[in-house]
Amino acid sequence: MPTPEFSKFEARFIALPGDNVDTDRIIPARYLTTTDRTSVGAGLFADWREAYSAPGTDAFPLDTPQAAGAQVLVGGPNFGCGSSREHAPWALIANGFRVVVSTRLADIFRANALKNGLLAVEIDASAHSRLMAQGHGTVVVDLPNERLVLRDGESVKYEIDPFARRCLLDGVDELGYLLAACETIDEFERREEVTPCTP
Amino acid sequence: MSVHEPRTLYEKLWQAHQVQPEAVDTPGVLYVDLHLIHEVTSPQAFDVLRERGIGVRRPERTLATMDHSTPTRRNDAGALAFVNDAAEAQVNQLVANCTEHGIKLQRLGDDGQGIVHVIGPELGATQPGRTIVCGDSHTSTHGAFGALAFGIGTSEVGHVLATQCLLQRRSRTMRVRFDGSLARGVTAKDLVLAMISGIGVDGATGHVLEYGGDAIRELSMEARMTLCNMTIEAGGRAGLIAPDDVTIDYVAGRPLAPAGENWEKAVAYWRTLHTDAEATFDREVTLEASAIEPMVTFGTHPGMAIPVNSLIPAATDGVDARALDYMGLQAGQPLLGHRVDMVFVGSCTNGRLSDLRAAAALLKGRFIADGTRMLVVPGSAAVKKQAEEEGLDRIFLAAGAEWRESGCSMCIAMNGDQLQPGQYCVSTSNRNFGGRQGRGGRTFLASPLTAAATAINGAVADPRELM
Repeated sequence: MPTPEFSKFEARFIALPGDNVDTDRIIPARYLTTTDRTSVGAGLFADWREAYSAPGTDAFPLDTPQAAGAQVLVGGPNFGCGSSREHAPWALIANGFRVVVSTRLADIFRANALKNGLLAVEIDASAHSRLMAQGHGTVVVDLPNERLVLRDGESVKYEIDPFARRCLLDGVDELGYLLAACETIDEFERREEVTPCTP
Repeated sequence: MSVHEPRTLYEKLWQAHQVQPEAVDTPGVLYVDLHLIHEVTSPQAFDVLRERGIGVRRPERTLATMDHSTPTRRNDAGALAFVNDAAEAQVNQLVANCTEHGIKLQRLGDDGQGIVHVIGPELGATQPGRTIVCGDSHTSTHGAFGALAFGIGTSEVGHVLATQCLLQRRSRTMRVRFDGSLARGVTAKDLVLAMISGIGVDGATGHVLEYGGDAIRELSMEARMTLCNMTIEAGGRAGLIAPDDVTIDYVAGRPLAPAGENWEKAVAYWRTLHTDAEATFDREVTLEASAIEPMVTFGTHPGMAIPVNSLIPAATDGVDARALDYMGLQAGQPLLGHRVDMVFVGSCTNGRLSDLRAAAALLKGRFIADGTRMLVVPGSAAVKKQAEEEGLDRIFLAAGAEWRESGCSMCIAMNGDQLQPGQYCVSTSNRNFGGRQGRGGRTFLASPLTAAATAINGAVADPRELM
């Protein structure tokens, strides 16, 4: 999947309340029988959408008019926990998302997201709860300076692995980077006398 | 770090596989000894190789099986029918990819087929000291052997196919000690559910866990696999148990285990795979194993677990309240005696021979309650064969259970084995997420003993009362 140019941009955000949103919830397993990366979009939050109910509203946040064109998803703590399915970030990307913000992201989800050009970052609980309370609006996503700029001008820092940042900003391709280490890998295999694992 | 500095088991495994050390700006390059693949998370990785015109670097280091979307029930004609064309096409794609790249594949009907985390150990491919990855979060299972094993995404499956390596940052470390011995009727499943309910479903995020203590040493290999399997449910990257005689005895003589002189060399190395006495962890947690009771979950994540005979706790925030609502339960209510529609025994968590033996021991001479269905799905073709040789299938069938072909089945509910909306199920699998076992289905996670006792009573039961 091509990595889009990633620098500094203003984007609409939509808040999706709920702790521990697991990858089964992001895309139910019955959507995983596909063999491509692009047809998964229809599965995004499919069952949750259908069964959604919250006090004072019966519309799933992503189905409200305020979510139209949103590129930033603000999710609850431990977003992306559970299954390692990369279909979860693929489905978010297929629905136009470029950024996921939480207070805590599950390890495998974060790695999968970053490998597909979906910026997944953790911010502090107080800024996060303000975005949740606001529900929707715009933020400035500033990757070079590792910060989000909120509506009131407040700047919220996040940390991102320097290599993941470089991949997003400069379009460095991780597989290409690994392939370039080919001779070092050859050397490792000779030194360690690695032997076959299967007959 | 000098070689004389005390190291944790994780540090030893990391250093032994470090092709290129990590730096501030770049992750480490980690060598992968064994790559396991299945039909669901691999097709797009092979596409990437095709798009770029590159091959598989070391096909003999990848082992493939089909398990997630495979049928477990034969139709009237005796054939295994897929749930839909897409599932069948996905399996066929795996066959084509393995054939094209010379990867050993365990197909439906082969003696070696089964759930990826059951067959790796069974074949002897899972060995202490190895790095093992798979596009599946429950790869943590293999850590039970003192192997560094973790789940990866499909992009990384492509990286391993192409380079036999991964780009990785070193994780933080956490030691979890289980003191004392397990009480009667309490299993590794109960240990891990108690741990997750204690530290939380994100309590181990960013960490590699090492399990130790007397209770762990007393566990069989299969029980250790159950414990390490669910490490991911606490957010842990991997779970480790240092190899000992139990581990070495388990691996000995398996088809892919080292033999002869290589065996002696391997064992000598495996004996060094333990955390040094003075090594430190980023975090330490100690649990009293003897105080743990059979556990059952009541909510929509594995951390919402309680002893089987206690009451559902009060909702502490909106999340718990929504979970109870989904489950159709109320705080203060007992789980014991709650009616269930279905009981599922199987999965990479509890689908091994010892799990089936435990369930069969309770079911022998008894009957499943009217109105309750029980599905027993062996974790692999080999587990099925051995269980049939021991007559376990006849015990299950006589009790009224269904005896199926091996696969992931109702753990992930991709193959047609699933709950109907609103149904309750006691399941020996690993995830009780809303809809995981079928849209609207409600899952109580528990051990095979608790599952069997529940099937007999038609309602959540305490296995100790039937033992």
